[in-house]
Amino acid sequence: MISQAPNTRYVARKRRTQEDKRFVTGRGVFVQDIERPGMLHVAALPCPYPRARINNIDFSAALAMPGVHAVLDGAELAAATNPLYGGLKTPGVKWRPLAFELSRYAGEWVAAVAADSRAIAEDAMELIEVDYTPTDPVIDPEEAYQAGSPQVHPEHGSNVLYDGEFTWGPVDDDFAAADHSLSFRARWHRSSTVPIETFGAVAEWDEGKGILDVWASIQMPNYADQIAGAMGIPLNAVRVHQDVDVGGSYGVKRGIKHTVLIGYLSRKLERPIRLIEDRLDNMGGGDAHGPDRIFDTQVAYNADGMIKSLKIRALDDAGAYPGRGPFQLGKPIAAIVGPYTINSVHYEAISVTTNKTGQVPVRGFGQAPTNYMLERAVDKVAAALGMDRIEIRRRNFIQPDQFPYEQPSGTKYDSGNYPAVMDKVLALANFDALCARRDEIRSEGRLAGIGVATCLEPGGGNNMFEYLMNPAAEITTFMEGAEARIDGEGCITGVMATTTSGQGHETLVATILGEELGREPDDIRVIHADTLTAMPTRSPVASRMAIMLGGAITGAAAKLKAQIMAIAAHNLETPLDQLEYSGGDVSVRNDPSRKLTWNEICYIAHKQYHRLPEGAAPGLQAQHVWQVPLGGQLPDADGKVQLYPCFSFQAHIPLVEIDPGTGKVTLLEYFIAHDCGTVINPDIVRGMILGGIAHGIGAALYEKFEYAPDGQFLSATFADYLMPSTFEVPLVKDTEHCTPSPLTSHGQKGSGEGGYLGGPAAVASAVNDALSPRGLEIDQLPMRMSLIEELLNGTP
Amino acid sequence: MKPRSITLTVNGAKRTAAAEPRVTLLDFLRGPLGVTGAHMGCEHGVCGACSVLVEGEPVRACLMFAVQAAGKAVTTVEGLAGSDGEPSPLQEAFRDAHGLQCGYCTPGMLIAAQALLDENPDPDEADIREAIGGNICRCTGYVQIIEAIKLAAENLREAAQ
Repeated sequence: MISQAPNTRYVARKRRTQEDKRFVTGRGVFVQDIERPGMLHVAALPCPYPRARINNIDFSAALAMPGVHAVLDGAELAAATNPLYGGLKTPGVKWRPLAFELSRYAGEWVAAVAADSRAIAEDAMELIEVDYTPTDPVIDPEEAYQAGSPQVHPEHGSNVLYDGEFTWGPVDDDFAAADHSLSFRARWHRSSTVPIETFGAVAEWDEGKGILDVWASIQMPNYADQIAGAMGIPLNAVRVHQDVDVGGSYGVKRGIKHTVLIGYLSRKLERPIRLIEDRLDNMGGGDAHGPDRIFDTQVAYNADGMIKSLKIRALDDAGAYPGRGPFQLGKPIAAIVGPYTINSVHYEAISVTTNKTGQVPVRGFGQAPTNYMLERAVDKVAAALGMDRIEIRRRNFIQPDQFPYEQPSGTKYDSGNYPAVMDKVLALANFDALCARRDEIRSEGRLAGIGVATCLEPGGGNNMFEYLMNPAAEITTFMEGAEARIDGEGCITGVMATTTSGQGHETLVATILGEELGREPDDIRVIHADTLTAMPTRSPVASRMAIMLGGAITGAAAKLKAQIMAIAAHNLETPLDQLEYSGGDVSVRNDPSRKLTWNEICYIAHKQYHRLPEGAAPGLQAQHVWQVPLGGQLPDADGKVQLYPCFSFQAHIPLVEIDPGTGKVTLLEYFIAHDCGTVINPDIVRGMILGGIAHGIGAALYEKFEYAPDGQFLSATFADYLMPSTFEVPLVKDTEHCTPSPLTSHGQKGSGEGGYLGGPAAVASAVNDALSPRGLEIDQLPMRMSLIEELLNGTP
Repeated sequence: MKPRSITLTVNGAKRTAAAEPRVTLLDFLRGPLGVTGAHMGCEHGVCGACSVLVEGEPVRACLMFAVQAAGKAVTTVEGLAGSDGEPSPLQEAFRDAHGLQCGYCTPGMLIAAQALLDENPDPDEADIREAIGGNICRCTGYVQIIEAIKLAAENLREAAQ
């Protein structure tokens, strides 16, 4: 297996990013910076009840307020638009921007005001009188699963959105043959990645052209499609401007309901309309919460520590409006056995609806909770056998000579060297000394623990989980397109097809174009086409852009290079195989004095048709659309299918101390080794991994969207929803390993999610190691200090 | 209430505009004055994305009314660049260390870091953590931000010698 840095000029070299300059000088253009002439501002009225029938809405006083242009309720909007997209086959679950007849969670929007300013809109909102009849909500997901519980969507007939069972391999035989088994429940409570920028959008209907222009803080596939579908207008009547800087997303910026709401208002009023969530909108009514999951897991294992089989039941609470959220139960199938040689798996995935705000995809698309559960299982087997947590992982690791490795659900892992990465993190942590430090803290009567966790990061998603969970959706591609052009003066422009939200895609495109064409990346301009001019895209989700956009732009560069070589061959009257390409100049191999420079070739291409080879089109431009590697096949007769092509790997080792009096957890150290194949830009990859770990620390220790038993939302502010600051996140120390993927243009894999996949499991492992001398264990996240204090001292 | 005329100095230039007394400094800067570098994150003083310097001190622009800033000197991220318009050593260090990703919290981070470096040219890691402890970043996990501020301090000290 290859394991070395590639021989490159720009790829994998430390270089500044293209994007950072505009951000450090305050010149980013975020959706809040978009101003349109005559623009109106929207505020939405939240429902105060978890579940209520809407009898009447009287907005006459609001409408009469000076500066108010329109007040919209759910009845008008429902009559004029289609329900929003839902991924599952659940026609009775109707998601709309404004509640219609029934409001389904505390915070759901029931009316909207368009006014000259947001302040006036909020003032007017307070004058809207809604006559509600509150009814019993269902808040607990296990209660929601029971027949007879209050129905969130009566038209659907139950609260179960999805309940599917999968068996891969001889599960019963493996359990019968194993020396031991254990079972446990693990709970991942509701949290999200909560970007500092809330969601916002501006919509402007042009009646003359029949086009809806949209500027939005968006990160989602098929956004324009969903706008068009809900508004009942052709897809080519929606133009999303994708050069808006997105202030963080990590999966969650999916404001489709906001966009349809303002799209409708813009068409109705023929004015540009802006809706920027305030923080209360965002937390309580934005339909942007993450997975909320209960795992019941059984593990079959032998006395030597080998884990043979798993039975997993995952019950996930999607809230009132699921959208694409439930598919987060499907993606983890891609790495359902993690990096281990587990032989068989039974998996039951259940998604229920409750009276909470809706669920969206969050960083890792459901893999973070599943990896947390899986790593808890490994730690528990180690504890049951009295075995070292690193040794048990080593024994169960898939070995470097086993790739490509087909795991039980049919997905082949492309490449990896898990033992080498584990060795690197142990060396980085100086593991024996770290253990000695932990033991010294313990000897002083305090609690300390070391965490051990690994994770696989599936990258380059092919969307096949959608087919697994809804066979009506026979979708077998999740492609990405890109375009590259060289103008008559030799300047290069790369055209990407989607927004960016901090992942450095402009740098990615410029670096790869520069590498492939031998030109300086800093001189390459990268632009974001709008949706009417862009090549096909599925947006920056699924840890896919290095793989997919990287592949697309590499393909475009190859086509450009072929055009350049053809022009050179024609003008130098020399066969292609005798030409040498270097930095954009082309020369004859045996007679370097005969050459064409980059500028000469570009000039010929754009200005001198008489010097072009026969059949060549003028100019230098190329488009390339890349299909997901290995993707495109429906499941075989046994239900096995390739989900995701590329698999990155990480090993995490944190050291924590717990104050035995208060239960407060302090992260003293955090070490990580990662392998995401070839790194295109080291600073970008490092930043995403470290940032993912911080998200993981938040999910493990602090972050929770809390609902009271009666359904009131209790975490609508940053004073209630606690996120890690510099006081909570240690100076994480990182190292890398490189096992290139054989499936991608430069050996790259995904790197945007792994920190968040391994982090929660690692912190949980550390906290449990710290609690183990007291015989205590926690199998839920977040492990807040109040929970730990109660466990230690027995006082609630 | 009726709008009042408010005059303040923003990034060295005297600016006047009308605003109701309830308008925050943040909305005043971003709206009537069109100075959009400071960002709205939480509007309740926790995240720090709206940080600006008022008379050299870091302030949450979402927690201060515009009328309270009348007559005062306000510096936003746009005012950190040198007189030639080039990024400052601090801004360059954020680029060198990639101390950002999406760029949304970055103006507030830079303001907090600038306030630190104005007071303490040789901050240690704990000083830096304290200085930006009220600024939430969801992208970076803070490591590269801390490295950027250390680098800026080093570069500034070297330049001063």
